[in-house]
Amino acid sequence: MEDSTSAVSVKIFGVGTAGINILEEIARAALPGVTLAAINTDAKSLAGSSAAEKISLETKVTRGGGPGGDAKRSRAAAEENLPKLKQTCEGMDVVFIVAGLGGGAGTGIGPVLAQAARESGALVLAFVAMPFDCEGNRRLKQAQQGLEQLKSAADGVICLPNQEIFKLIDEKTSVVETFKILNGLLAEGVNGVWRLMARKGLLEIHYADLCALLRERRGDSSFATAEAAGATRSREVMDKLFAHPMLDGGKALAESDAVLVSLTGGPDLTMAEVHRVMEHINGKCERAQVLMGATIDEAFRERLAITLIAVRRGAAQIEKGELPEQETVHLEARSTDDFGSHFLNQENGARPQSRFVPPAPSMPAEKMEQLAARQTRSRKNASKMRQGQLPLEIISKGRFDKSEPTIHKGEDLDVPTYIRRGVALN
Amino acid sequence: MFDSSSIIVGLEVGTSKICAVVGELNPDSSGLNIVGLGQAKSRGVRKGEICDAPAVEEDIRNAIVEAEQMADVEIRSVYLGVTGGHVRGFNNRGVHPVVSADREISEDDVQDVIKNAKTINLPAGNHVIHAIRQHFLVDGQDGISNPVGMLGSRVEVDVHVVHGNLNRLQNAIRTVKGLQLEVDEIVFNGLASSLALLTTEQKELGALVIDIGGGTTEYVVYADGVIKHASVLAIGGDHVSNDLAYGLKVPLGRAEQLKIEHGAAFVDGLKEKSVTISNELGMPMKTVNLEHLRRIMSLRLEEIFQLIGQDLEQAGLLDYLRSGVFLCGGGARIPEISRLAEQVLQMPVSIGKTNSISGLKSALDQPEFATAIGLVKFGSFQHKKRTGKASLRDGIKTTIGQLFKRA
Repeated sequence: MEDSTSAVSVKIFGVGTAGINILEEIARAALPGVTLAAINTDAKSLAGSSAAEKISLETKVTRGGGPGGDAKRSRAAAEENLPKLKQTCEGMDVVFIVAGLGGGAGTGIGPVLAQAARESGALVLAFVAMPFDCEGNRRLKQAQQGLEQLKSAADGVICLPNQEIFKLIDEKTSVVETFKILNGLLAEGVNGVWRLMARKGLLEIHYADLCALLRERRGDSSFATAEAAGATRSREVMDKLFAHPMLDGGKALAESDAVLVSLTGGPDLTMAEVHRVMEHINGKCERAQVLMGATIDEAFRERLAITLIAVRRGAAQIEKGELPEQETVHLEARSTDDFGSHFLNQENGARPQSRFVPPAPSMPAEKMEQLAARQTRSRKNASKMRQGQLPLEIISKGRFDKSEPTIHKGEDLDVPTYIRRGVALN
Repeated sequence: MFDSSSIIVGLEVGTSKICAVVGELNPDSSGLNIVGLGQAKSRGVRKGEICDAPAVEEDIRNAIVEAEQMADVEIRSVYLGVTGGHVRGFNNRGVHPVVSADREISEDDVQDVIKNAKTINLPAGNHVIHAIRQHFLVDGQDGISNPVGMLGSRVEVDVHVVHGNLNRLQNAIRTVKGLQLEVDEIVFNGLASSLALLTTEQKELGALVIDIGGGTTEYVVYADGVIKHASVLAIGGDHVSNDLAYGLKVPLGRAEQLKIEHGAAFVDGLKEKSVTISNELGMPMKTVNLEHLRRIMSLRLEEIFQLIGQDLEQAGLLDYLRSGVFLCGGGARIPEISRLAEQVLQMPVSIGKTNSISGLKSALDQPEFATAIGLVKFGSFQHKKRTGKASLRDGIKTTIGQLFKRA
């Protein structure tokens, strides 16, 4: 396994206190060939981390006391240390950024780190947790801003709104346990994507394919993992997967336009099982481009794990009502438009305040047209799928009302021909 | 032989009428003579299938009694015509290896190969009505009409299988048996009509017979002397009446009457003409635009021909119909219907005339009796086959068997 993983060099950054906690969870799975790095402005939390690399962004601005929940300050700190960040990303193919948004460090450092990693040539995937609704407006707003910035900086953002966890926990779950589940979920996601890329598989997803898929879209994503064991594992795993709260009862799949599926099984994984699972998933997301990989892991004997990432174009699910006026406008624009139109509307969209944001890519007129055309087409398709029609007039079949209808190629021939052909009698 | 065995009766239980035709086989010339005809208005049939058995029973009895009186015979058994939207036909091939030492194909081999061709994957509950042999192949050599006596190692046969839902077929048979009548055989109505209308030359050239009945339209294609295609559309004259009732907003009975009095297959030359229908007291009740009437009718009829045309095009049979199209059934009485069919199907169309049968002139010329006459003709073939083939021993056996069956 070591040989196969060395092809792609992966580094996982835990950013901020929450990020570092999740990193601990990931460290427990001990992914081979992966470097773990912890970044924070607060030296104390770094000390407790088991990560191989620890980067402290202590500066004069923070005076060693942490940013105090202020994203601007930690952002400034990160920008100050940009060469250092770039250097640590040097030579990496894939960089995962794990963070909790809404606080100071994760929100501020995340986007800058993503930018730095991208500039040093890595594919950047961010796994972030959004704050609970009960954490207050300020944090939520800060998190939204951070998410927007992160989206424009990273190749892919997989976002777990903590609020969704209520679907997974019950009344009696303690706070400690809840956070554990949350961390576990994100860790699983990282794990699944890493497996997808790194393990030698039966059916391999090429690193280049993954890059192409994510770079093209840069939307937000949802992910789900499920695992089952035993003889009926392929059916069980599908049931579990579709029951996953992040998929919203399959709605997320129906809306997605790219789906990544990673199957991990033991050497006893059969082709029929892979086929059954994929058939199910394909059925749920007809519009999407499905990219699948299957990997074999000795440890997964008798078991089947599946990780699914659904990438949506825009369509961010944001509680718009809780946001200030000018922010809402901006977010709405983002949520309905896709990546292409983001560039088209660059002038009126609010820009991240960082000086590290690259200049807007110049786009030839024909490309713009192309993108615009694609946009309208995809929207038309979407509406076609949902729109139903009620019969305007109920036509009595007279004496054939009770007899078996004569159906020919889907047409009820008992209905008078002139009505079916729309011939008007005046 | 008994006298009665040369009497053959065809019974057609149609959607608009029930019709019994009595034929007599002339023992000298082996010609067929139509000697009796009985008919009754049908009340319990929709789309060619029985939906009110007691009413149908009564109607059949009336028709049979009328035919018996006219022909002055006692009717004991009938050839029953069946139809309905469930009846379908398709082509199938059976294979049989010749195992005898001298490789000569015997009568048994022929029976076996036909049996093989009949064993097909039908939907559960379906029954084969006919398996009509088209031609044989001996060691891959095509176009052999009778391989008995030829040498070969493998004999194949192409058959046209007509099948339908067993329960629905049984319904008709049970109703007839309820009247103390035997059913000699059931026959697909479309096949019977084509037997009545087509001559051997027409079958050789290729012909299409369309029987537009009250509830169903049957069509059968002959090419190279054999049946190539048989099917049923569950649309007929009833649909025309129903469309008129709906479109002109008149009662169904009145629509039927309007169809017969003013109906035609074409609209032309009727701008703004209308007829006034009066109620039973002679008071004017409603004015009906004739143009609308004919438009509704024309569209429905046009559609029937289009559906048939599409089906035959799919089967690749349109180019084989060199002697054209023959219409029969009540629908053939609609003025100018053959012109409409010509326009849609792009080939010569004529109203079919029954042939090679003598007897009641009044019955033979009517297109709506083609099916019942065809049933008698079918019966006469079966009768000839039976009496011609039967050896003395078999003959006695069947005669005694029949005796017991009738007792």
